[in-house]
Amino acid sequence: MTRPNQTRTTQTPTVQTLRELEARIRDLESTAVSTGQDLDSALTPLRAQLTRLRQQVSMTRWERVQLARIAGRPTALEYVERLTEDFVELHGDRAFGDDQALIGGPALWQGRRVMLLMQQKGRDTKDKIKRRFGSANPEGYRKAVRLMDLADKFGLPVVALIDTQGAYPGLEAEERGQGWAIAESIQRMSRLRVPAVCAVIGEGGSGGALAIGIGNRVLIMENAWYSVISPEGAASIIWKDSAKAPEAAEALKLTAPDLLELGIVEEVIAEPTGGAHLDVDAAAAALGEAVSRHLDELAGQSPEEWVSGRAERFRKLGAYRES
Amino acid sequence: MALDKFFRRRRPQVNPPSEADTPDLWGKCPQCKENVYLRDLALNAYVCPNCGFHHRLGATKRAEVLLDGPIEIWSGRVHPVDALNFRDTESYPERLARAQAKTGRPDAILTGRGQIENLSVAAAIMDFEFSGGSMGSVVGEEIARAAERAGEEGLPLILVAASGGARMQESALSLMQMAKTTVALEALSKRGLPYISILTDPTTGGVTASFATIADVIVAEPGALIGFAGPRVIQQTIRQSLPDGFQRAEFLLEHGMVDMIVDRRQQRGELAKLLRLLHPASVGVAAPASVQSEQAP
Repeated sequence: MTRPNQTRTTQTPTVQTLRELEARIRDLESTAVSTGQDLDSALTPLRAQLTRLRQQVSMTRWERVQLARIAGRPTALEYVERLTEDFVELHGDRAFGDDQALIGGPALWQGRRVMLLMQQKGRDTKDKIKRRFGSANPEGYRKAVRLMDLADKFGLPVVALIDTQGAYPGLEAEERGQGWAIAESIQRMSRLRVPAVCAVIGEGGSGGALAIGIGNRVLIMENAWYSVISPEGAASIIWKDSAKAPEAAEALKLTAPDLLELGIVEEVIAEPTGGAHLDVDAAAAALGEAVSRHLDELAGQSPEEWVSGRAERFRKLGAYRES
Repeated sequence: MALDKFFRRRRPQVNPPSEADTPDLWGKCPQCKENVYLRDLALNAYVCPNCGFHHRLGATKRAEVLLDGPIEIWSGRVHPVDALNFRDTESYPERLARAQAKTGRPDAILTGRGQIENLSVAAAIMDFEFSGGSMGSVVGEEIARAAERAGEEGLPLILVAASGGARMQESALSLMQMAKTTVALEALSKRGLPYISILTDPTTGGVTASFATIADVIVAEPGALIGFAGPRVIQQTIRQSLPDGFQRAEFLLEHGMVDMIVDRRQQRGELAKLLRLLHPASVGVAAPASVQSEQAP
């Protein structure tokens, strides 16, 4: 694990500059608010400088993948704690068990009634093992389907926070129909008669992520990734060597800006410079604002429009030419 | 053997391999290791006459085995592109060119209209010979179009899955085909038309986790490997050997994941029976007398 350190040492000077500049802007802004002074003449050039510097901080795709996994990166529940009230976690698929990698329940999202669905990676070692690092078993996806039924019944818009390396590749998961459970979840979500806003907050690995990713809007945090396969998985298929993951990450074009360009997401949510883990409150504020804004935009539509909007959105994704 | 004769008689449309196709007239069955006369194999729907092993089929041969006569082809207009400029040990366009030259089709899918025991159906057949039947944008688009056209024309849809999963070279675009095919299949579902999938060896990954398993009825071929995660990945995760027969069709039937395992030589008969029962209107069969009398005053 030498790479994360290399990443940090090569990046620190620029990131440090950016963070200092951000702090100065924040100070000036709060001074402006508290004193009522017009500080725009001072703020405007600083903001322009910040924008310029941000563009200069170029990270490789692999460096972004590592930020998506870095220790201390906020998990779904850390965002939920900051952005919701009255979250009531509902348990179980009513058939086999309760999956702790994929959890959910109704909550107030910045004051809006929603049904939350999310992959939770876990915070300490014990918690991570209990949640299989956010890799759900079939009962997790079947619980998601059950919660989507409730969302429809009670008119709760669905907010899905995606953060998984993929569905759990275990023997029992296969016995209980992992592929079937994911397919059912995709199908159920496409039929929702309420709006759905999804956000990839960390890792978006394959079908296990897509299972709760059928949103009217799909957003992604700046340093999250979303792909058909993890860089390690791709590397072990291509080069029979998972250590070639950095090369695979480049080939897979899996970063937030890539996905925006491919039309797979509607919006990239900016993270605090250096990554969401450096300022969880700011990251949460950005996520909360974006999700709430999309929920509000969708709120005026009819159930038919939510269903057809989602269908049209996904129906047109893909790249091909016609003869 | 009587069954063999039955199928030989009923299957004149299965073209025996030409001399050019098969320089060797004899092949070895991978299961029983016996030498098999290839012409016999072709006449037996590519099922080993000796041990019943179901050989993998490319889409053209599959269409011949599945349908009464020739397929009226719908697919072929949609071509893959290298949207990601994907390069690993070779470039994606190079890989595509090789697979296209090998199979003579633009991508890993053949769709069209055909007949099963004189019932009209839409067929979507994945081609394992094209890049392991991997699902990229073209496969997704062709399946979506076939599902929509089946809906418009009031045809049941029969899908034959044969795929290692989503195509890595199209990354997230491939992943999105799982959603695209699912929403397109709604068109069929809303019209109450039957959708039957046949899972053949192998059906794994994103194909298992999307259109292949949301069918009204799921049929599997004997011995087919069917699953989400590959056996090697599972073994690495759980660090123990996998039981015999794990992820095989028989294992899945036992675990309640498929409706039935049907020998390839009986598939047309079973499918026709099902279609007549599930949706007489779509196959041009008159509703049973009891239903008609109930509607009478």
